Amino acid sequence: MAITTAYRTRSGAVPLRSFKTKGRHSAIAGMGVYAPEKVITNFDLEKMMDTSDKWITERTGIRTRHIAEPGTTTLELATKAARGALDAAGITANDLDMILVGTSSPDGPFPSIACRIQDELDAPGAVAWDMLAACTSFVYGLATADSFIATERADNVLVIGAEVLSRMLDYSNRGTAVIFGDGAGAAVVRPAPDGAGFLSWCLGSDGRGYLQVTCGNKELGAYAAKDPRPIIEMEGPDVFKFAVDIFIRQANEVCSAAGISMEDIDLWVPHQANFRIIDAAARRIGLPLDRVAINIDEYGNTSSASIPIALEEAIRKGRVKTGDHVLLAGFGSGLTWGASLLKWV
Amino acid sequence: MATPLDFKELQELAAEILGIEPDQVQLDKSFAKDLAADSLDLVELIAAVEDKYDVELPEAELEKMKVIGDLWKFLEQKTAERLEA
Repeated sequence: MAITTAYRTRSGAVPLRSFKTKGRHSAIAGMGVYAPEKVITNFDLEKMMDTSDKWITERTGIRTRHIAEPGTTTLELATKAARGALDAAGITANDLDMILVGTSSPDGPFPSIACRIQDELDAPGAVAWDMLAACTSFVYGLATADSFIATERADNVLVIGAEVLSRMLDYSNRGTAVIFGDGAGAAVVRPAPDGAGFLSWCLGSDGRGYLQVTCGNKELGAYAAKDPRPIIEMEGPDVFKFAVDIFIRQANEVCSAAGISMEDIDLWVPHQANFRIIDAAARRIGLPLDRVAINIDEYGNTSSASIPIALEEAIRKGRVKTGDHVLLAGFGSGLTWGASLLKWV
Repeated sequence: MATPLDFKELQELAAEILGIEPDQVQLDKSFAKDLAADSLDLVELIAAVEDKYDVELPEAELEKMKVIGDLWKFLEQKTAERLEA
């Protein structure tokens, strides 16, 4: 049921920056995903910590999550998703001009996962780098790809979101350990006909909220504090409020920049952080849940990989048709957020 | 000029968010025990109340909200402040 109360911008909220796409248009030409085979259910977690299937399901909508075996690299997950995306787009690694990897769980400080993937795939013509915007990384990656294609500096861009977050969880903390999972998703972005593909963007950050989602020493950062085992921590209620709020504001922004009404959204693919956040925002936006891509029940929150994993599943299930208006929207630690409205090609 | 508060309006809003009947929303009803609202329901309700009544509830106040009457009292106080202003 749609919530009828008019939306109002809170005091202290930063003004949003939104853009209508200019120059050469771009679109997603193919996607690939990968999640580790091992699945941990809520019932498994009941045996590991003080929690219950009921508690987790009611508060998060999560029933299972894919967890990598110890020693699995983010590179491995990312490379598998990348190969799938290249196949789906019908191009080879040799065609790639750029490789962008969004991750908050790199295997080490450097070299970047993007450069390692370039080597794995054998993509000698690409410029490659990682970008860190927590759960928003994939959307920032798409926005970067779109900008380079718009200005004709690139034709074929591989954007990947990949995470092994299980390395950053403490399985005695029921607050956060139950939420996150591992996985990777990738998209090939290519030029599109005028008026199709990415139509508008809303990107932003608010560093004042840096304490809301952290991993390791909050003030110095895990490296500087020589934190031996950084663990993800979250200010639950603050994040919930921020997330619902930014989902609604971004949806408004990208729709109005693209010149469409919110009712014309055929599919919303939100960052899968918590079913309750998605549900609350969908009701306020006025979108029925059959127009929302949700698979958090199976994957949990896979951070930068959640949007591509949910979008790829929606495509595979035939939920996206040519001409559909698709809204991608993410938010994450930083604080960061990003959304785009696409006309599916 | 602020308009006087209407308890019925709050009942309807809370019912909408919590997925219950407006009649169930009474001053002495506890969010947790009587209305089966968990912490996330409460955050969502407060956000909707903030939007509707153009008020902001400090985080410290949120913890004090136990029954519907606490929320109503907060709204009455805010409205009184506005009428004086």
